[in-house]
Amino acid sequence: MDSKLFPEGAQRCSFGKFLIWTAVILAFFLWGLYAAVLVLYNGIGTTGLDNYFGFGAWITFDLAVIALGAGAFFTGLLKYILKIKQLEKIINLTVVVGFICYSGAMLVLTLDIGQPGRAWFGYWHPNVHSMLTEVIFCITCYCTVLIIEFVPLVLEQKQLNKIPFIHALAHNMHVNMALFAGLGAFLSTFHQGSLGGMYGVLIGRPFAFREGFFIWPWTFFLFVLSAVGSGPVFTVLVATFMEKLTGKKLVDFKTKALMGKIAGTMLTVYMFFKILDTWAWATGYLPSVGLTFDEMFYGMVYGKWLLYTEIVLCGVVPAIMLITPSIRNRPALLYTAAILDCIGVSLNRYIFTVQTIAFPAMPFDQWQVYNPNWVEYASSIMIVAYGFLVLSLVYRYLPLFPQERELN
Amino acid sequence: MSHFKEFKIKWGMVIDIDKCTGCGACMVGCQVENNIAPMTKSDPYNYVQALTKPRDDASNKLRTLTWMNVYELSNGMAFPEHETAYLPRPCMQCGNPACVPVCPVVATDKNEEGGIVSQIYPRCIGCRYCMAACPYHARYFNWWDPLWPEGMDKGLSPSTSVRPRGVVEKCNFCHSRYLQAKDKARMDGEDPMNLPDGAYTTACADICPTKAITFGDLNNPEHRVHELAKGPHAFRLLEKLGLHPQVYYVSEREWVRKQGDNYNADAGGHH
Repeated sequence: MDSKLFPEGAQRCSFGKFLIWTAVILAFFLWGLYAAVLVLYNGIGTTGLDNYFGFGAWITFDLAVIALGAGAFFTGLLKYILKIKQLEKIINLTVVVGFICYSGAMLVLTLDIGQPGRAWFGYWHPNVHSMLTEVIFCITCYCTVLIIEFVPLVLEQKQLNKIPFIHALAHNMHVNMALFAGLGAFLSTFHQGSLGGMYGVLIGRPFAFREGFFIWPWTFFLFVLSAVGSGPVFTVLVATFMEKLTGKKLVDFKTKALMGKIAGTMLTVYMFFKILDTWAWATGYLPSVGLTFDEMFYGMVYGKWLLYTEIVLCGVVPAIMLITPSIRNRPALLYTAAILDCIGVSLNRYIFTVQTIAFPAMPFDQWQVYNPNWVEYASSIMIVAYGFLVLSLVYRYLPLFPQERELN
Repeated sequence: MSHFKEFKIKWGMVIDIDKCTGCGACMVGCQVENNIAPMTKSDPYNYVQALTKPRDDASNKLRTLTWMNVYELSNGMAFPEHETAYLPRPCMQCGNPACVPVCPVVATDKNEEGGIVSQIYPRCIGCRYCMAACPYHARYFNWWDPLWPEGMDKGLSPSTSVRPRGVVEKCNFCHSRYLQAKDKARMDGEDPMNLPDGAYTTACADICPTKAITFGDLNNPEHRVHELAKGPHAFRLLEKLGLHPQVYYVSEREWVRKQGDNYNADAGGHH
């Protein structure tokens, strides 16, 4: 029915099947939309957040998807600036995944702030000392860059591309894409860092506070490194997941392994500094404010196992797996490492968001436990459903994978 | 990043924990003075609320708005050595506030003579980053629409603005009283920047039946707080973090003073 719109030479499922698939996604989306309406109409009181946990599942979700979306800027940087040609086979997907992650994060943020109508105050009354101001600037600007990077892919749609003007426009945008890739890399590096900086500057929160270099706490650099150490393999996982769903080869394994190598290298560098940072924090900073490493953890819910899972099982292990060619080059092991890596970075964002504020700094205060409720889960799932929907449409109608024809 | 600003006038409090009975009058006085909405379970104006869980009532202490909050301290010993103390906690109006530099929209600032950390409700976007920054839990978020049960709205103070849902609020040392005290000084032909001791005081200090709370200018030798803050038993909360609170506590009991900060890594202590 819609086969004339498919990418050149590509096979897609029937329109009816596609509609059923879309309907399933929409069901999840609508459930989340209902939660979002409740939040906007009744207030954030409908969530599981409270005065101890002003940040929770939403901020964790935002930080995690922004880190995982880092595949877009880093792959763009490597392809357009450092000219690693191999990456052109996956670059479209990194852009789309990046776009979904960033636009999704921005949607969640509009729910998360108490006065969404004032979101633009970040530009109107900016506090130049705040890491969050920098995050607002860079995320909005970078989302615009991602849209600019996304547009040529839309313009290359088979029917659209027959129009000479659109064809020329798409071509010219491609020619100048290095400029946007560079701009994107700059913006993205800074806000990935500022997201880490947000926690590192919290002088009142010993769990997160870090010394640093000039105005940037160490967490600034750690967040950049962990994002580029996981974003590329997240794209690999998305590609592989799409392959499993569609039953087609979409990206050759060589490209995936290269992405694994890139992420693995960055992850290894990250783990080196992360372990150093944790050690310096535990033995240097904490005692200086009268605290011990043991005091930073509480029961099972905020236990040390979280930190060890993040650093060892989901940090050192995937780093070793990804930098060792014999492991990396075996698909099952590459994907396992990629999954561990992505869980690790998400866990890191969770720990920095929630455990930081769960720790009672005042000696007479108590640990509190944060439980997100269905409203937070549903609205986050809405974003995931939105991502599925965008990706399904893009896969069906746009030339997302340049290798698809030759591989199948 | 954080910046230190020195002020000629530095409004501060000295709270004598040994005098505090934990009666909670300061909390009530604060709520009334500052038009803090009581927590009501149902909202008769919101029909959508009926679709979901009811609003929180005052029993959910993690959702209440208590600019002044009284904490109970325990020495951790068994009877008969067991002792308790009560620690009223307003906003510390830190000299080096954790909350001010993090606000993305300058909705909170420490910029006015007197050193009170402001909160600009119409500018706050409700991101709650300041709440994440404050280790004293002095900041509160309006989780629900503020609602006064019928008749209670008649008792609202005309000098304090009410806040909408979705913004952060906190103790501002009853700032409207500061403005009134300065106005009165001007009318009386006195210097508003050199108010006598007691000309400006907060609702909590006013109402405290045991006079545990003393309020004044920490920099002015004619104000009682100037000396009290320098007393041998005076301490501040979490001094090691370097936030330089303008609220001091006094207790002759060592175990109480030790609960003002963490000493586990160097000297041992309570936690």
